[in-house]
Amino acid sequence: MIEIKNLHARVDDKEILKGLSLTIPNGEVHAIMGPNGAGKSTLANVISGKDGYEITEGDILFHGQSVLEMEPEERAHLGLFLAFQYPVEIPGVNSMTFLRTALNAKRKANGEAELDGAEFLRIVKTAMKNLKIKDDFLKRSVNVGFSGGEKKRFEILQMQVLSPTFAVLDETDSGLDIDALKVVAEGVNMLRDPSRSFLVITHYQRLLDYIEPDVVHILADGKIQKTGDKNLALELEEKGYDAVIGDAA
Amino acid sequence: MPAMSNDTYGSKEATSGDYQYGFATDIEMEYAPKGLNEDIIRFISAKKNEPEWMLEWRLKSYKIWKSKAEPKWAMVDYPPIDFNDIYYYAAPKSQEDGPKSLDEVDPELLRTYEKLGIPLHEQEILAGVAVDAVFDSVSVATTFKDKLAEAGVIFCPISEAIQEHPELIQKYLGSVVPQTDNAYAALNGAVFTDGSFVYIPEGVRCPMELSTYFRINALNTGQFERTLIIADKGSYVSYLEGCTAPMRDENQLHAAVVELVALDDAEIKYSTVQNWYPGNEEGKGGIYNFVTKRADCIGKNSKVTWIQVETGSAITWKYPSCILTGDGSSGKFLSVAVTRLKQQADTGSKMIHIGKNTKSTIISKGISAERGENTYRGRVAVMNSAKGARNYTQCDSMLIGNNCAAHTVPYIDVKTSDAQVEHEATTSKISEEQMFYLRQRGMTEEDAVSMIVNGFAKDVLQELPMEFAVEAQKLLGITLENSVG
Repeated sequence: MIEIKNLHARVDDKEILKGLSLTIPNGEVHAIMGPNGAGKSTLANVISGKDGYEITEGDILFHGQSVLEMEPEERAHLGLFLAFQYPVEIPGVNSMTFLRTALNAKRKANGEAELDGAEFLRIVKTAMKNLKIKDDFLKRSVNVGFSGGEKKRFEILQMQVLSPTFAVLDETDSGLDIDALKVVAEGVNMLRDPSRSFLVITHYQRLLDYIEPDVVHILADGKIQKTGDKNLALELEEKGYDAVIGDAA
Repeated sequence: MPAMSNDTYGSKEATSGDYQYGFATDIEMEYAPKGLNEDIIRFISAKKNEPEWMLEWRLKSYKIWKSKAEPKWAMVDYPPIDFNDIYYYAAPKSQEDGPKSLDEVDPELLRTYEKLGIPLHEQEILAGVAVDAVFDSVSVATTFKDKLAEAGVIFCPISEAIQEHPELIQKYLGSVVPQTDNAYAALNGAVFTDGSFVYIPEGVRCPMELSTYFRINALNTGQFERTLIIADKGSYVSYLEGCTAPMRDENQLHAAVVELVALDDAEIKYSTVQNWYPGNEEGKGGIYNFVTKRADCIGKNSKVTWIQVETGSAITWKYPSCILTGDGSSGKFLSVAVTRLKQQADTGSKMIHIGKNTKSTIISKGISAERGENTYRGRVAVMNSAKGARNYTQCDSMLIGNNCAAHTVPYIDVKTSDAQVEHEATTSKISEEQMFYLRQRGMTEEDAVSMIVNGFAKDVLQELPMEFAVEAQKLLGITLENSVG
């Protein structure tokens, strides 16, 4: 369960989040939609602890515990995962080493034994099969020379391997063709589970055809303007932001 | 001339800070008096029981040194060195008569090497690695000598080789780096005390990795190591050197000369993991690492690879080079150099193409952090005779933070019309985006830096002998642990 309470965040002197509140119970998928500049990526970054944002008010609770003072890696160890809108290249680091280091860092932080090569491979191979990722993929440097679709699939692969309890997907659908979109969505759906919750950030309703949300929020001007079920996304698609949240925005 | 005897010196255990090899060993030492003159050279030569021709060679080097100025073209800055304020000979007293076997080596020395992660008892050593341990001015132990002798391989302290194999020493010493090469090389020729000698006979593939571990321990003492490796026709050897020193406030001079000779179809792989004490964050203390390393690929189709991982020293001045004399010979230089604190490194390589169809590759990865200054300086020369020569040079620099610097100074000199010479250079920074990405995946700041840096240096690290690649990766991680933030 994640609770965001009256969150105010600023970059330099500009307030981006202006009292955002949101609660996602375990097992639910919430979608956040909103126009450009609404604060969607800021929300994803602030939840995961990226530097450069000042939280002036409010709190973020993860399973009842405030994470605001935690480093990004500590939040990750608690089970938070962010699928990046723009996955980052790490030249010279092969994807296998990267994945294994990440998984073992999390296991170690949680007092679990590090996985040996064989156990790790079993987990990765299963996830790769799920996402239709070829074997030679893991030998390549992290995100270097990956196509847009490969990058996003690799994000979902990492998510499957790290098995978070709360995942934020930041515009995972951007830059994907319809086939890749389906594979990615299936990868997410496979992880849907009563103990796990998701926050899916997207511009377009299209992704929500494949990852069906329990709740849809509309974010504009740094606040949640409207909350509804999946039909809200369809309405938005049909009428546009102005018509749906007109008064509020 | 009588030797001075100093009882326990420098007993202050300096273990603070993040340099984990900074401790000093408390052991009774014998010194030659401070300063440099003909008497000191005679003293060293006598200590080593050298033949007359060796002494003459040393005295000639000394004369050359006196006539030469220190090279000043490197992008490094340091106060003038007082060559008369240095001890040129320091040896543990217990080694005076030369231990015949490991059982006779002073246990305090064995403990020192154990503490450095280099146990000298053969059964504890990494399988397949023979070690020569040099402590200040003397070699204290060489392991696996018998096993190597079975293959005909000679691996011994150079002082021993001067006595046991004078024909090889007289033929090759100074043949690659002449006494007249530069002031430090001349100085080394005058006062060198120990180092390793390797001879691989024709057609022999050396059955194990050879390695020398250099330790500077004594205060105000220079270490002048001399290494000579000869790979006879069709032979192969992989050699690795490691270096550490205690943390001291004074600068110490390390002026080594390494000569490699590769005959027809021979191959030498020479790896260095240099981790001398770098000084503190204000630039106080640390080793001046002024080293001349050169290989002569004199034989047809011979091959030499220099691999270096340089993380230590206050100042590094070092250009491991290859003279590609033999037709079809090839030289490679692969380097990772880290400067942080106030370290300065001016390092690179020279590839001199003389034979036909000679090939050279230079891959240099410089990493600068804190107030470190890192300069790649390289020269690729293709002589008239070197038809069909090819060179590929790649210089990549990585900056961590805003107060460090990286420079690239390539010299290219081509006298033929058909040479292919390529030079590529890049400069990058560790980005906040990369750091956030790795930390979001659960890695600590230190692990994230280590991963990015190791990825950056991968082309070089993967060429290290396997036994040392893991160590080198860890070393890079530890070195840069506190450099980000």
